[in-house]
Amino acid sequence: MQLALFIVFGALALGGALNLLLQRHPIYSALSLVVVMMSLAVLYWSLGAEFLAAAQVIVYSGAIMVLFVFVIMLLNAGKEEQTQGSRAAYSVGFPGAAAIFCLLSFVFLSERGSLQSTNIGGDLSSAVDNIAVLSAMLFTRQLLPFEVTSVLILVAILGAVVLARREQ
Amino acid sequence: MVPTAYYLVLAAMLFSIGIAAFLIKRNVITIFISIELMLNAVNLTFVAFAHMWHQVSGQIFVFFVMVVAAAEAAVGLAIILSIFRTRQTLNVDEIDLMKS
Repeated sequence: MQLALFIVFGALALGGALNLLLQRHPIYSALSLVVVMMSLAVLYWSLGAEFLAAAQVIVYSGAIMVLFVFVIMLLNAGKEEQTQGSRAAYSVGFPGAAAIFCLLSFVFLSERGSLQSTNIGGDLSSAVDNIAVLSAMLFTRQLLPFEVTSVLILVAILGAVVLARREQ
Repeated sequence: MVPTAYYLVLAAMLFSIGIAAFLIKRNVITIFISIELMLNAVNLTFVAFAHMWHQVSGQIFVFFVMVVAAAEAAVGLAIILSIFRTRQTLNVDEIDLMKS
């Protein structure tokens, strides 16, 4: 069950990411990122993070992607054109990304003996999947960071309003 | 039963695709989208490790990453808006005021 979920939604996430890379129009890239985020939400759920799965759907693929699509529509962004810089970026980008992927997956696969296996969501451990534990941790030990993020969001809202305002 | 290493390798794939898109794309909005893809890939490793260690700290970390990503998206898109308003382009090769 968990393996089937992982294969189906992992392949969906991977296909969405590749589609993001290959499409030339920003709106298609944004919509394939929505596919990646929704399949990642399913993977979070299968790893026992129900709250994060819901937050992923609501915050990422709801709020943030709507903002992206709104800006793409507002600026009427068209197809990107090939330039001098894009040829240089191709010759650096693909080998660099492949090298980083090879390094990361070598480390992960060579250490797989010390990494354990995962079970499907509900019966993970008594604590991890529980929203109560998450919120108790968030509102007791992590209270200061939690409050600081609210200030951060306030600053971000003010900054966005100031930056996006039309010059007088 | 899925080994945790598979989740980590999937996250590594998504992260490398994000890096490739970040380097290759010339549209500033698409570059921003690939940053979000990289953040999501890192979140997947956090959730996988939180599951492996039976600790809730990883999930808290992902929560904070989501909040910061939301703030970053709002400010970044506002910056993109004002860039487009002053320069009438979204191509990063043409936004080179500090280059010369």
